[in-house]
Amino acid sequence: MDAIATPDLLLQKLATDLGKLLSERSIKQPLMVGIHTGGAWIAAALHRMLELQQPLSTLDISFYRDDFSRIGMHPRVKPSKLPPHVEDQHIILVDDVLQSGRTIRAAMNEIFDYGRPASITLVCLVERNGRELPIQADIIGQHLDLRPEQHIKLTGPETLALVIT
Amino acid sequence: MVNKSAKPAIIGRDDWNIQLDHHGRLKHFLTIEGLGSEMLTKILDTAESFASVNDQHVKKVPLLRGKTIVNLFFEASTRTRTTFELAAKRLSADVLNINISTSATSKGESLLDTLQNLQAMQCDMFVVRHSDSGAAHYIAANVAPRISVINAGDGSHAHPTQAMLDMFTIRRNKGPDFGRLRVAIVGDIMHSRVARSQIHALNTLNTGDVRVIAPKSLIPAGIEQMGVTVFNDLETGIHDADVIIMLRLQKERMQGALLPSEQEFYSTYGLTKQLLQLARDDVIVMHPGPINRGVEIESSVADGEHSVILDQVTYGIAVRMAIMTMVLGREPETEHYGNKR
Repeated sequence: MDAIATPDLLLQKLATDLGKLLSERSIKQPLMVGIHTGGAWIAAALHRMLELQQPLSTLDISFYRDDFSRIGMHPRVKPSKLPPHVEDQHIILVDDVLQSGRTIRAAMNEIFDYGRPASITLVCLVERNGRELPIQADIIGQHLDLRPEQHIKLTGPETLALVIT
Repeated sequence: MVNKSAKPAIIGRDDWNIQLDHHGRLKHFLTIEGLGSEMLTKILDTAESFASVNDQHVKKVPLLRGKTIVNLFFEASTRTRTTFELAAKRLSADVLNINISTSATSKGESLLDTLQNLQAMQCDMFVVRHSDSGAAHYIAANVAPRISVINAGDGSHAHPTQAMLDMFTIRRNKGPDFGRLRVAIVGDIMHSRVARSQIHALNTLNTGDVRVIAPKSLIPAGIEQMGVTVFNDLETGIHDADVIIMLRLQKERMQGALLPSEQEFYSTYGLTKQLLQLARDDVIVMHPGPINRGVEIESSVADGEHSVILDQVTYGIAVRMAIMTMVLGREPETEHYGNKR
């Protein structure tokens, strides 16, 4: 198994790579959207590091999951904080771990219920094997190959740490 | 599919757990009785999630997309039916409003036939209001296993969704510790299904002190056994109360002269601004609606700073969204109480 870099080092990489991508694409005022819970922590850090102008937005995808009829709904769903219109915005969607791709599918459905963004760029702290949908990140901190029964999780929010079980 | 030649299932007194499936999850929502504090708290927590949805710019989530919800109202109602309809639509469900008085029932169709016809249209949920106590249970016991039933009020028995939105309102204003609260329910307790459901919910949530206040003619015999303190005097009853719930005088339900007149009722049991001073400074005043100004409540109280009556209406949508989601968000079952496939 590969060694994992610490979240702080990975964040540095994300910030550098994202900064480069934004200037390459001439995106001046991106809208950063973090997916609860881990993605929101990462997004908060990146938002600070890149000194983004638009306030940070967050999404809870619980209402858009595809397994509702199997497992029902978790009682505590955090409110999504998106601006009223996402028309023509360049969105930076941020999550901690990319595995099956279903969370990102749900997040994109939710964003499109708010309007038509100009673009969505996906930034993930960690990407691992196990994709089930044709979804890929534009920027990742690190790629990991784990066994199917292993899980990787970001803990926080004070001290961010990646834990594999 | 309901076996057409089977006799309809009869409800017995031990059948409150018809509401729960084999895994203890909510399948129907018929009455507060038989549900524990954990389940009630889960409903309140789930409603919190939906309250924030209703504050958003886009007030719709796709949870019940493709589901068909039928409002089966045998009794007139605009407010309750409208909030159920709104709740269903915000969950992306399709809604059918059936007003039975203008439908085939008036042509003599039996209740079971009406149900079977609706089932044949493959609906997922019935929201039922009926003038007979026990109607919602009867329907729940006689529909196909995959259909859920929500009681929107049955006779004088129960109105559980109202009770839950009332608990939500109390929790939002007073915090989660019901043990420290003194709650007074004032008015026509005798004919009120809302009061019965509220008393069950308050007791299940371990409310410190539950009081009912009404003239003797409007208090059902034996109500102390429900775990409440009875007051016939309004001033004594609302002393130091944290929450006052006013009930409407149910003129359409009263048979026989239980009260001399509305004015007499107002002079002894009407909540006025002056009387409100006997309660705690931070008392909240609630009413399930519609309010009769000058009969049970003074206008200045209904519109005043202690009143949360309009908030109740707002919260009613979130609470109903929560209940609908909970009963439909389960793997459908094939085994069913009372009926075999």
